[in-house]
Amino acid sequence: MDYVIETKDLTKRFGNFTAVDNISFAVGRGEIFGFLGANGAGKTTAMRMLCGLSRPTSGQGFVAGYDIFRQQEKIKRNIGYMSQKFSLYEDLQVWENMRLFGGIYGVKDSVIFSKIDETLEKLGLSSERNTLVKALPLGWKQKLAFSVAIFHEPQIVFLDEPTGGVDPVTRRQFWELIYEAASRGITIFVTTHYMDEAEYCHRVSIMVDGRIEALDTPHNLRQQFQATTMDEVFHRLARKAQRQGE
Amino acid sequence: MIHVQHINKNYGRICALKDISIDVQAGELFGLIGPDGAGKTTLFRILTSLLLADSGEATVDGLNVRKDFKELRNHIGYMPGRFSLYQDLTVEENLKFFATIFNTTIAENYHLVAPIYSQIEKFKTRRAGKLSGGMKQKLALSCALIHKPTVLFLDEPTTGVDPVSRKEFWGMLKALKAAGITVLVSTPYMDEAILCDRIALMQHGQILSVDAPDKIVAQFPTKLYRVRSNNNYALLNRMRQHPAVETVFMFGEYLHVTFVDQSKATSACFSEFEAQFEEITPNIEDCFIYLTQQKWIM
Amino acid sequence: MKQLYAFVQKEFLHIFRDVRTILLIIGIPVAQILIIGFAVSTEVKNIKTAIYDPSNDVSTRQIIDKLAVSEYFNIVEYLSNPDQIEDRFQRGDIQFAMVFGDRFHENLYHNGNASVQLLADATDPNQGTVAANYAAAIISDYAQTMMSDLNIPFQIMTQVQMLYNPSMRSSYDFVPGLMGLIFILICAMMTSIAIVREKETGTMEVLLASPVKPIYIVLAKMAPYFLISWFILIVILLMSVFLLHVPITGNLLWLNVFSLIYIVLSLALGLLISTIVNTQVAAMLASGMGLMMPFMILSGMMFPIESMPTFLKIVSCIIPARWYISGVRKVMIEGAGVEHILPELLILTAMASFIILVSLKNFKKRLE
Repeated sequence: MDYVIETKDLTKRFGNFTAVDNISFAVGRGEIFGFLGANGAGKTTAMRMLCGLSRPTSGQGFVAGYDIFRQQEKIKRNIGYMSQKFSLYEDLQVWENMRLFGGIYGVKDSVIFSKIDETLEKLGLSSERNTLVKALPLGWKQKLAFSVAIFHEPQIVFLDEPTGGVDPVTRRQFWELIYEAASRGITIFVTTHYMDEAEYCHRVSIMVDGRIEALDTPHNLRQQFQATTMDEVFHRLARKAQRQGE
Repeated sequence: MIHVQHINKNYGRICALKDISIDVQAGELFGLIGPDGAGKTTLFRILTSLLLADSGEATVDGLNVRKDFKELRNHIGYMPGRFSLYQDLTVEENLKFFATIFNTTIAENYHLVAPIYSQIEKFKTRRAGKLSGGMKQKLALSCALIHKPTVLFLDEPTTGVDPVSRKEFWGMLKALKAAGITVLVSTPYMDEAILCDRIALMQHGQILSVDAPDKIVAQFPTKLYRVRSNNNYALLNRMRQHPAVETVFMFGEYLHVTFVDQSKATSACFSEFEAQFEEITPNIEDCFIYLTQQKWIM
Repeated sequence: MKQLYAFVQKEFLHIFRDVRTILLIIGIPVAQILIIGFAVSTEVKNIKTAIYDPSNDVSTRQIIDKLAVSEYFNIVEYLSNPDQIEDRFQRGDIQFAMVFGDRFHENLYHNGNASVQLLADATDPNQGTVAANYAAAIISDYAQTMMSDLNIPFQIMTQVQMLYNPSMRSSYDFVPGLMGLIFILICAMMTSIAIVREKETGTMEVLLASPVKPIYIVLAKMAPYFLISWFILIVILLMSVFLLHVPITGNLLWLNVFSLIYIVLSLALGLLISTIVNTQVAAMLASGMGLMMPFMILSGMMFPIESMPTFLKIVSCIIPARWYISGVRKVMIEGAGVEHILPELLILTAMASFIILVSLKNFKKRLE
């Protein structure tokens, strides 16, 4: 299998505190990978290391074929990132945001402009091309933010709790976008608090106290823990947690 | 306990609430379920006398939210969306402050908050800003409860809190209900709806439906199928094109589908996807989606 | 009452939990006074002096000798032409010049009077005055000695001229200006930020939904800054007296009353700002740019009001700091009694009442 993320015994310590404790996993091309865990379990720290934002204490890791110790800049060029907190500049127009992020990732101007039209058409937002982002409903913003995150056709896109507070219909449309991107070979690495959302993922990992306690398809995890929902699986595992959140 | 009649509220040209009427009984755990922008927070602020409605009337515990707002503010507990605590004060200082402004003391009503507060009491000298999301939530709830309110308004108390803390929190709400406190709670999480006695589904400032969760589910007007396949995304696109399919949405590893005419869209029609159909009972989220698609007018 | 007490206590906790800010607030005025203290030379020695002596006779030489032996003056040049004086001053070669009249000795003995002109650079008015006074004392001392020796009545006409700063505004004048500014900074800026912060964190929502009276919220926010401002007032006054040697000749009680009125006014301005804006950044900008800038420019602190164009003179009348600074100058530096600052007192009181009324009316008991 063609892996785009591979880690072996990846560890991050802050002083005496081991935020991420020897995690090893691999994510394949075009896979939708759910990365779950309670607050303080070490999700964010792990994700930062994979994005090249934080240097691991020990272990190995390759993202998009590049070493997370030495080739952080190359990694950044080959990934997309979207979080619920920061995604788009509210006081810029829709197309200005797209041009900005396209430009940041070094997409050529001619490509940017044809892609802006293409993307907006796909989202059904062509008429909003010149609208300020802050005037858009939350659901549209998030769909737009996702499109911007994959604008430069990255190998992997990291989504940090992307769908908080969005209505169910928009949430499903959002997941349709994710599936569409995955079908084109983009790997999706997603953290979420919605356990039902974990069921959309091809595989999920659940972190407890800095370690990956479970990693499999949602179907297999439910069987393994004799649970009917991912929510139950999560509770079984997270109840063992010693750490309080940050 | 709470009577809302024909409330309207506009911000400029944006309609935040449109002809909202609900009744909440004493001792009920009532949920407002809807996404961001549905108007939940606006309704909360009107009921807690922080905003005036453009038209319509509302009473809480027999007190008019417009005329009797001073008296009303003695009887309600309110926890706004973000945990409204003083981050630079300690856990104990926060609770003590809120007790005093409601003319009471921690000692006087300790028994009320004890089940919740005792869980964070060992951190009482820690500053509120240094607490985890779940602990902040518990402290905010203690602060909203310390004056023994008859009605408790909780605006999205579980947003941004991890699933374990969410579950714990709903356990606490059950306990409050048992203590006779009326609770009005809002949430964007559809799966929390079944934990309420009754719910109002809200979208775009309007109420889509008010009833007990199981009754709403029972009224689902058509048959719902879940479909498994070897490629959900491709199947979804195919079904969208099919005239006999009414709605189709992704639902985790399944698709949830309703049909105009099921006989014309059997699993055989989608055999290349190895589609397996199975009729299921809808959940609140199915109901919400179906309601917002305006295929079902209640 | 207990509510109010709990509130005030909470506000103090907020302030003491943020030690850096409070140190900054108290540190700014202290640092500024220290800087002025070092910048102002209170000791006058070795004043670079030039002499123009067209007479060059017994009397002038005796006076010059006395001047030369004094530790205060350092004669750097004997000028041959009175036109050189201005040039030397401007080049900074000299700080003081003594210019004798023609036929000094002859005039003194035959006509009973002679004249000498003293020119001092008053850029530093303190030093200029001291130099002129010393020189005048040396001359009158000489006249006394001559008189007792010769037993004839005569006098030396000493004419003193202060150059470059005719109105003799001293560096001490900076102190009232500093007070006018620092109270706006602490009261208006800090109060507005403190109130708006509660709006931002959402705690204001909880407070408004509680039975606590809005006036309590307002009073509690103001109380700590009122006390801090008073403390700073006392610190500034003490430092002025003991470090800058500004004699507070006026009535200390009235100086305090007058300042407290101004502090209340500044607090009310902060409250007013907090009712208009919704973010801490906006509060900072409104009080920083909206209040401080016009206060600094139009209060007479930086530019004398007398030399402003008529339009700006009129505008300056609505700047409270203008009245405050002028009042403090009168009481503190000129030692005027309360009757001389009545207009300032009344105007400030009226302004304060007006702003309090408007801002209390504006302070909402609901969210919009």
